[in-house]
Amino acid sequence: MTTIPRPAAAVPHEVLPRLLPRTPLDLAAHTARYGPRAGTGALSAVLAEAGLTGRGGAAFPVHRKIDSVAAAARRSGRAPVVVANGCEGEPASHKDATLLRLAPHLVLDGLLTAADAIGARTAHLAVERGSGLLPGLRAALSERPGDRVSLAEVPRRFISGESSALTGYLSGGNGLPRFPQPPTRERGVGGAPTLVQNVETLAQLALIARYGPGWFRTAGTSAEPGSMLCTVHTAGTAPRVFEASAGTPLRRLFGPLPYPVQAVLVGGYHGSWLPAAALERRLAAADLGVPLGAGVLAALPADRCGLVETARVLRYLALESAGQCGPCLNGLPRIAAAFADLADPSRAAWAPGLLDDLARWSGLVEGRGVCHHPDGTVRLVRSALTVFAAEAYAHQSGHCTAGNPTAVLPVPSETAPEALR
Amino acid sequence: MTPDLHLAVDWTACTAHGLCAELLPERVTLDEWGYPLLDDTPLPREAVRRAGRAAADCPVLALKLRRNAGR
Ligand SMILES: Cc1cc2nc3c(=O)[nH]c(=O)nc-3n(C[C@H](O)[C@H](O)[C@H](O)COP(=O)(O)O)c2cc1C
Ligand code: SF4
Repeated sequence: MTTIPRPAAAVPHEVLPRLLPRTPLDLAAHTARYGPRAGTGALSAVLAEAGLTGRGGAAFPVHRKIDSVAAAARRSGRAPVVVANGCEGEPASHKDATLLRLAPHLVLDGLLTAADAIGARTAHLAVERGSGLLPGLRAALSERPGDRVSLAEVPRRFISGESSALTGYLSGGNGLPRFPQPPTRERGVGGAPTLVQNVETLAQLALIARYGPGWFRTAGTSAEPGSMLCTVHTAGTAPRVFEASAGTPLRRLFGPLPYPVQAVLVGGYHGSWLPAAALERRLAAADLGVPLGAGVLAALPADRCGLVETARVLRYLALESAGQCGPCLNGLPRIAAAFADLADPSRAAWAPGLLDDLARWSGLVEGRGVCHHPDGTVRLVRSALTVFAAEAYAHQSGHCTAGNPTAVLPVPSETAPEALR
Repeated sequence: MTPDLHLAVDWTACTAHGLCAELLPERVTLDEWGYPLLDDTPLPREAVRRAGRAAADCPVLALKLRRNAGR
């Protein structure tokens, strides 16, 4: 039995926000607000007790990854590496950039505490090229002359933040996902055992190391403890980033909505459409029945076409396929094209086989790539076909029920992604 | 105890030669684009040698035998 150390710093009173100050904090303001960076005593046990899971999309328990990287380092005799993943390739997500702008020192604290805990001597922090985050991060690092963190920019692509793509890029590779054998936790950057964590995960870790697991659990539900950062999209207004306690009713998160809602997108472009009734549920994977991903939420107005919205996102996702796995290369463009036909009643009415094609191709790409890009894409397709089934029927009968063609979900450019180097 | 072995494909290497489906027809069929569809349940002991040979014969070494270690 490991004993959980007492909290290292006075526990703050207010519940939320924990991670997001109103204005950017320099090191002095950061230390005044949160106290000094905490040591690493029994970090894995503390995180297990807290129940911290990854905030980059997969919600994997952090302590288990820390344990397996530490074990791989012992077995191989190689010093491990830690990578803070701030790539945020998901175009509808802004929470990682917001966090890195407002509380860079919290992320750096978490990165260094994780590095100390597993005996890593190298720490990386990666963001997307063009994000404009590097100058602020350089300034933050210059305030901490004793701390060595190397900053990197990855190509602006959806898949750049996938862990094997990221560690490959940091090793001088092309930045594409690779066959997950051996896994990143055993062979990542430069072939060393590598811990990859999302930047929000590390910021949460930095606070848990200071204030303890009991404090962490004062927010959230017992099954999904703590707070999480969300990017909330309401049609007609700029996306907003919130820190929410898991268990908050979705309607409260959205605030007063200026329009009747038809459906809610939960978990971003690898996520799921849910019927509008989901607004009355709580922000928790167990309540919504779907993964929360990286916390992207969008409320689709009743006067828009969910098939048109989904078709635009699918076209983007197909273009973002790395094109290196046969089923993904062949399947995603076909799925996107068939969905575009379905979204257009003048074509859908003449193509009765569309739904069968979509179902078959979805089955053929699922689980058949080296990364989960096809799996996430299929999740979106299937949820759209379920939630917008009546609309699909209307389109196949030659008409669309939506009155407003204005797009809701952001899709970056209509051109191909940044070329590989 | 031998750990369970099962078939896997390195999708970044596979170029749809289809040899695996000829060598292991009871385990591998091809999809409509020529890529392998695997039965990836654990290989029975008597199938391991043939599966190993099929993996070695794949022109681009995309067919793999993997231990059941999870992801
Ligand atoms: C296609 C794809 C893209 C991803 N992009 C990101 C990303 O931009 N940022 C991120 O933190 N995780 C991303 N991930 C998840 C990472 O592979 C990895 O699980 C995560 O960084 C681990 O950190 P966490 O456990 O703290 O969430 C992506 C995964 C996939 C399949
Ligand atoms: S599954 Fe698709 S996106 Fe992922 S590595 Fe393979 S081709 Fe690229």
